[in-house]
Amino acid sequence: MTATRPRTLAEKVWESHTVRRGEGAEPDLLYIDLHLVHEVTSPQAFDGLRLAGRQVRRPDLTIATEDHNVPTVDIELPIADPVSRTQVDTLRRNCKEFGVRLHPMGDAEQGIVHVIGPQLGLTQPGMTVVCGDSHTSTHGAFGAMAFGIGTSEVEHVLATQTLPLRPFKTMAINVDGKLRPGVTAKDIILAVIAKIGTGGGQGYVLEYRGSAIEALSMEARMTVCNMSIEAGARAGMIAPDETTFAYLKGRPHAPKGADWEAAVENWKSLRTDEGAEFDAEVYLDADELTPFVTWGTNPGQGLPLSASVPDPEQIADETARYAAEKALSYMDLKPGTPLRDIKVDTVFLGSCTNGRIEDLRAAAEVLQGRKVADGVRMLVVPGSMRVRQAAEAEGLDKVFADAGAEWRQAGCSMCLGMNPDQLKPGERSASTSNRNFEGRQGKGGRTHLVSPLVAAATAVRGTLSSPEDLLAGADH
Amino acid sequence: MEPFKTHTGVGVPLRRSNVDTDQIIPAVYLKRVSRTGFEDGLFAAWRGDETFILNSEPFKAGSVLVAGPDFGTGSSREHAVWALMDYGFRVVISSRFADIFRGNSGKQGLVAAQCEQMDVEQLWKILENDPGTEVTVDLEAKTVRAKDFVASFQIDDYTRWRLLEGLDDIALTLRHADEISKFESERPNWKPVTIPAASS
Repeated sequence: MTATRPRTLAEKVWESHTVRRGEGAEPDLLYIDLHLVHEVTSPQAFDGLRLAGRQVRRPDLTIATEDHNVPTVDIELPIADPVSRTQVDTLRRNCKEFGVRLHPMGDAEQGIVHVIGPQLGLTQPGMTVVCGDSHTSTHGAFGAMAFGIGTSEVEHVLATQTLPLRPFKTMAINVDGKLRPGVTAKDIILAVIAKIGTGGGQGYVLEYRGSAIEALSMEARMTVCNMSIEAGARAGMIAPDETTFAYLKGRPHAPKGADWEAAVENWKSLRTDEGAEFDAEVYLDADELTPFVTWGTNPGQGLPLSASVPDPEQIADETARYAAEKALSYMDLKPGTPLRDIKVDTVFLGSCTNGRIEDLRAAAEVLQGRKVADGVRMLVVPGSMRVRQAAEAEGLDKVFADAGAEWRQAGCSMCLGMNPDQLKPGERSASTSNRNFEGRQGKGGRTHLVSPLVAAATAVRGTLSSPEDLLAGADH
Repeated sequence: MEPFKTHTGVGVPLRRSNVDTDQIIPAVYLKRVSRTGFEDGLFAAWRGDETFILNSEPFKAGSVLVAGPDFGTGSSREHAVWALMDYGFRVVISSRFADIFRGNSGKQGLVAAQCEQMDVEQLWKILENDPGTEVTVDLEAKTVRAKDFVASFQIDDYTRWRLLEGLDDIALTLRHADEISKFESERPNWKPVTIPAASS
């Protein structure tokens, strides 16, 4: 047998899913192992199928949930907003008509699409996973090739279980060293985005590697991969290892018995080969990282919490300077203000980035025996009903309630404000979500992206803070 | 999809980088289940500001948007493309596009023309100095023209071919249905299925 060329993890997954190699300018045809569906980006796709008289080719590789629109209170009542209600009802009708499994609001398995896939064990190493949602990159934490698609592509996958695509370029994000206490996966990814920029990953699949990545739990790895799209990347991946296998073993859809052995054998081959070349490489020192927060209106506009609001006049690049000026004006911030002095009205803990049980535990540990500051509202929105259930079993809901935070039902909630959980014009949040775009959390709302630890400490002090600030004998 | 050969229309200079899809169409407009009528959501927050470019004549009638780098970042919402097209845009010119936005554009027949940033700046100057200037986009030749200024743009050859022919992607893929079936018959049997729902 001739030795094969050393390949990256991404190339291995791509090649094992190539139904047909494109000739010349033609793209490859890539097989899709798992298609996740939600109410917002699917109605027009199902309509398209109906118009063309097509069926869902593989309902058995498709699963749907209600997450973007759903309220996080009074979920036993009909959805109050008639437009949201229609969209959710439309999903229910479509799933019934086309035979797609659906976890509706109130169901024990309902939750954010990117939380329930891994939780059910449906996301596995080496798979191709797509969803009409850009944060599909989350599933790359398992060594899957997972990426967001638009509604036309949703229709394409429903009809053919494939997508025509040109191979992505590869970029290694090497993070070596050891994170200091209080520094999390969220800080890693915010630092990566600040380093390479919101367009730095365009056309690439990022492979996160190095000792700091290997030391992360599965949930933390999901946080890192989740925000790959915020660096413009098609996908983010981490090679599967014992941490991955231990997470999957025993989950409802994980292989069992002899299948498990066969699967693990296959999964162990899913590593970038020695000598494989990436199209680009980036290095980050984990020892140097500190809690990171954003000050602007795109996720690349971030700095260590210990820094101050930057001065646009000192930015050499004209486009970046103008963007910073616009951002500071929208955010109502003055250059030179220490980030720690920025006061918030709302703290949001949740989303597909940081709405899993470890995130809630981390925040609860900070809030234990403390109170949310006067005038600050804190929303805690678990990523799924299972996460909510697990948190309640551990008594975390009590910790949040005792601190004065609101304990909610599962959904996307204030990450994008499609349901009633929104910022009012001019309100400012510290949010564990993924986007600080203008108006993202509500028209006129201002968002600072933070880790769950920073979110909890900020709730207590009322200004952007890390848990260390609480120990330093601050007033609160 | 209608074939696209060339288009000539009023150019709109949008001097902003990182125009994310939440700006192109905010989430509240995404609750609809229809495929048309998204023009009211286009740049909804910015249109509330009377100095915004689309609020002034003759840009209101624009059909070629000339934007800063990293256009269409963020959410995968194809509604961003629908909103631009429902409003009347046929072409967006930028020096860098987010991948998902670029893909969505290609599916719908909106031309995402990637120009050098220096050419974008030149177009901005022309369009600002003489508002209402028409821009001609020739997909066959891959050029944009405004007055005497001509620049070339990039678009991948396959998307260009599909746009020129007005071809439907799904129909193209279904020509290979037998290859898909063959691939399916060879998938490892331990790969997960969603149905029937596993009890847990």
